[in-house]
Amino acid sequence: MNEETKVLESFETAVLERFPDWVTPDEREGYQGLLVDPANLIDLMSSLRDELGYDHLTSLTGVDYLPDEKMEVVYHLVKSTGGPILEIKTQLPRSNPVAPSLVGLYPGAAFQEREAWDLLGIKFDGHPNLKRILMWEGFAGHPLRKDWVEAYHGEEKKPYDDRWPEGKARKIEADNPYRENVSYPEGFNPETWIPDTQELLFEGSQRFQLDDDLETEQLVVNLGPQHPSTHGVFRMVAKLEGETVVDLEPVMGYLHRNHEKIGEKNTFAMNMPYTDRLDYFCSMSNNFGYALTVEKLLGENYQPPERAQYIRVIMAELTRVLNHFMAIGFFLNDLGAYFTPALYTIKERELILDIFEAVAGSRMMCNYYRFGGVVRDLPEGMEEHIRKLVYERLPRQIDELDRYLVENEIVVARGRGVGVLTPEQAIGLSAAGPVLRASGVPYDIRRADPYSIYDRFDFDVAVRYHGDVYDRFLIRYDEIRQSIRILQQAIDGIPKGEVLANKKAYKYKMPKGEAYGRVEGPKGELGYYVVSDGTDNPWRYHVRAPSFINLTGLKQMCLGEKVADLVAILGSIDIVLGEVDR
Amino acid sequence: MPDEINVPDYNIPPELEGTIAITTLDRIYNWGRRYSVWPMFFGLACCAIEMIATAGARFDLARFGMEIMRPSPRQCDLMIVSGTVTKKMIPQVVRLYNQMPEPKYVLSMGACACGGGPFKRGYNVISGVDKYIPVDVYVPGCPPTPQALLFGLMKIQEKIDKQSIKEVSWYQKEEDPGIPVPILGPDLIDPRDFPELMARINKEDQA
Amino acid sequence: MKGFGIIKGLGVTLKHIYDTYAEDIKAGRKRYYTKEGVLQRRTTDTKGIFTVNYPEERLAVPENFRFVPFLVYEDEDGEKVPRCTACGICSKVCPSQCIWITRAVDQETGKPLKTPAEFYIDIDLCMNCGYCAEHCPFDAIKMDHDYELANYDRTQNNIHDKERLLKPASYYAEIRPGYYAMEQKAKAEEEAKRAARRRPRE
Ligand code: SF4
Ligand code: SF4
Repeated sequence: MNEETKVLESFETAVLERFPDWVTPDEREGYQGLLVDPANLIDLMSSLRDELGYDHLTSLTGVDYLPDEKMEVVYHLVKSTGGPILEIKTQLPRSNPVAPSLVGLYPGAAFQEREAWDLLGIKFDGHPNLKRILMWEGFAGHPLRKDWVEAYHGEEKKPYDDRWPEGKARKIEADNPYRENVSYPEGFNPETWIPDTQELLFEGSQRFQLDDDLETEQLVVNLGPQHPSTHGVFRMVAKLEGETVVDLEPVMGYLHRNHEKIGEKNTFAMNMPYTDRLDYFCSMSNNFGYALTVEKLLGENYQPPERAQYIRVIMAELTRVLNHFMAIGFFLNDLGAYFTPALYTIKERELILDIFEAVAGSRMMCNYYRFGGVVRDLPEGMEEHIRKLVYERLPRQIDELDRYLVENEIVVARGRGVGVLTPEQAIGLSAAGPVLRASGVPYDIRRADPYSIYDRFDFDVAVRYHGDVYDRFLIRYDEIRQSIRILQQAIDGIPKGEVLANKKAYKYKMPKGEAYGRVEGPKGELGYYVVSDGTDNPWRYHVRAPSFINLTGLKQMCLGEKVADLVAILGSIDIVLGEVDR
Repeated sequence: MPDEINVPDYNIPPELEGTIAITTLDRIYNWGRRYSVWPMFFGLACCAIEMIATAGARFDLARFGMEIMRPSPRQCDLMIVSGTVTKKMIPQVVRLYNQMPEPKYVLSMGACACGGGPFKRGYNVISGVDKYIPVDVYVPGCPPTPQALLFGLMKIQEKIDKQSIKEVSWYQKEEDPGIPVPILGPDLIDPRDFPELMARINKEDQA
Repeated sequence: MKGFGIIKGLGVTLKHIYDTYAEDIKAGRKRYYTKEGVLQRRTTDTKGIFTVNYPEERLAVPENFRFVPFLVYEDEDGEKVPRCTACGICSKVCPSQCIWITRAVDQETGKPLKTPAEFYIDIDLCMNCGYCAEHCPFDAIKMDHDYELANYDRTQNNIHDKERLLKPASYYAEIRPGYYAMEQKAKAEEEAKRAARRRPRE
């Protein structure tokens, strides 16, 4: 732990020494990182990228410091060759927050800046397409601002006062029947109101000329939000010329459940079950990331005991296996192998879910990790069961799945050379996880910036080099195999002992400060950015969702491909809408 | 004799008593329908995964004649609202509902669809899909396990059993006007709320 | 060779078909509608048909399984005495804030009593997280195993009041024997300790 901080500090001093005029260390209590004036941001970032090798912008978010009348934009940068995170912040006046856009330097900032605009109202100067992304155009206000209240606003913070001792079960809608909090623009008339929809939709059917005097028509095809191949309520608006995609606009937010706003009302502990619902395939790894982040804030006393560390790793790796099984099944489903592969993979998933159900109590929403360990020990006989699973069943099944469709000529033909993302593009687009590694960048946080006890295990970082759909499909097999290796080592090495470092608690004494924690989730880097102001509830709670950011590259992958490949490409990214929209 | 035909050996729940007379023709009609309920392949959130798991090998919807999940609303009988319904999504949900042909049933799966669930106070969440479309069966739980969902589907079948061809709404004269599709304004606007809303806005303008 | 991959894949499906029948023949009648049969289909070396024929067969839920919460009461001479002391911790930890408690008051003295007058859980909000059961210091609220809650009308069925929530301790012992035994033991030890502490003073 200390060593890590030292390394980080040396990185920061290097930046400080290199750019003494531009950056100052952030000296607020509990904060790390460097502050930069917005005027120098672009210069600093381009030097950081080109000279010091910080080529991967993992996360970008904003914080509303209402008492100080400030808005802050927080950037997290890493080197794609590994190492800890560098945190850069810039402060803006709250009345008119305008920051320069980084899209020119890091294309991966595109969606995240849009999100910061949508939810916090921070403008990004120079962003090519600064529209709302999660809410719809025309929505009133920026919901994550601290002074914004929702239509059915009850109380500011949980726990709510009226629950005890004189609680009266009643509907919150009754408190505020006509949504007094919503501000309607002047002269607003609901009957004549036309919602502002995506221009791209209406742009369709334009005539335009190809080089060879042939007049063709462009066609706009809309997929979703209710489409069986979009993995939920995701929508793509594709502009086609013939069958070729010439433009694509992903539209999301159909499952925007206000995770962050609710998270800021919750206490720290209450957020744990909510993280289950982010990427609902992988609740265990979501828990893992959140627990690690808050443990960083809480400090040394909350280091989980050995046994808990092993249990955490086992559960997280089982989750990865489960997720990749499902990803493979759904991907083949999208390619037209209708339901049989998915049936086979769901079967394996069920067997893993049985473990989760017996250990954590629920198949999907595990809520199993706590700050400083896990909530309860494995039930009797569970170790034996897991051992059988990881030594016998899973290796056998993954081999069978391999035989089943990997060499299938149709799958190969549909996948090879389709939706290519080069390594440079992948890094620039902030892609993470299997998408990044299938493009030939061996970046895996378990290796690049080890957390928990991953440095003890012997495994390879799976990597493939073509960056196409087929490689993104294959890399999931590789990762399952590596996960099985880790699982075997973990189940052999698991010691006896306690599983929770401290007493069970629902309130924690949170020091002031901020923390960014990240894990290598099955879909990519899952990061949590938490700011604590010393009270029971987090001041800011942000999730760096890998599915969401991986989608930034979707357009790049789809341009020039045939429309039938869209679903294949989307399937190969493996998104989960709960995480995309949060 | 006719009385005997009319006496069903089903337990009729109290809220449906008095509205039902089940004849032999109805039985045949309902028997045919109860084993061919086609759900819509339409997932919203976490609960959708449990719905897929229900269709998977272990729980196998096919045993109930429901394996044919149609992505198109035109071919469906049952809409499983599986998960959180957001304000951004509700226009589509209502539209899909309107597009389904009669007879149609709605099963609201999970706490979110029933009453907003853990996200109820969110600014983009509908607290209960039944505020917009009529729901036949509620399956609470977060998420309901596949077996809980199957239990809910059996409730749908029970409900079908109790319907009578004479009284079902889809053979009546009046045409179903459909449900007005909500509008995305500064907040979600339900066309049924227009008068109140106009009153409120006018009051504000005057003030 | 072109087409070989497809044939190989079809071999896998063929094997699955073969397994289905082979397993059925090997295991005979007892494969279906028996407890062992269902258990066998959950083990790591299950093959062949995987389906559990709900509702005739049911997957046994593990002890840790949690669905909506219920309140435990002790049966004291036919009277239901809830273990709950209306301390309100569950309503404070509940992440979706779906518990409402009113504390009972003594009719005569007006003093608050250590028992709830009303207890509501809105299961349309409950996220089955289990925090309430985890943090209750009196083991009074526990997570249920009964998942068959589907109904036709949520306004009547989905807000559980005290009457609906109360279930006997014997039921709790039945669904969670391990935890029940553990808690009983801890309670007995506590009692013994307290008794030991009291005696020297006397
Ligand atoms: S009820 Fe629970 S599991 Fe279902 S969609 Fe809502 S949060 Fe997800
Ligand atoms: S299970 Fe969780 S959400 Fe449900 S009542 Fe208990 S604490 Fe609240």
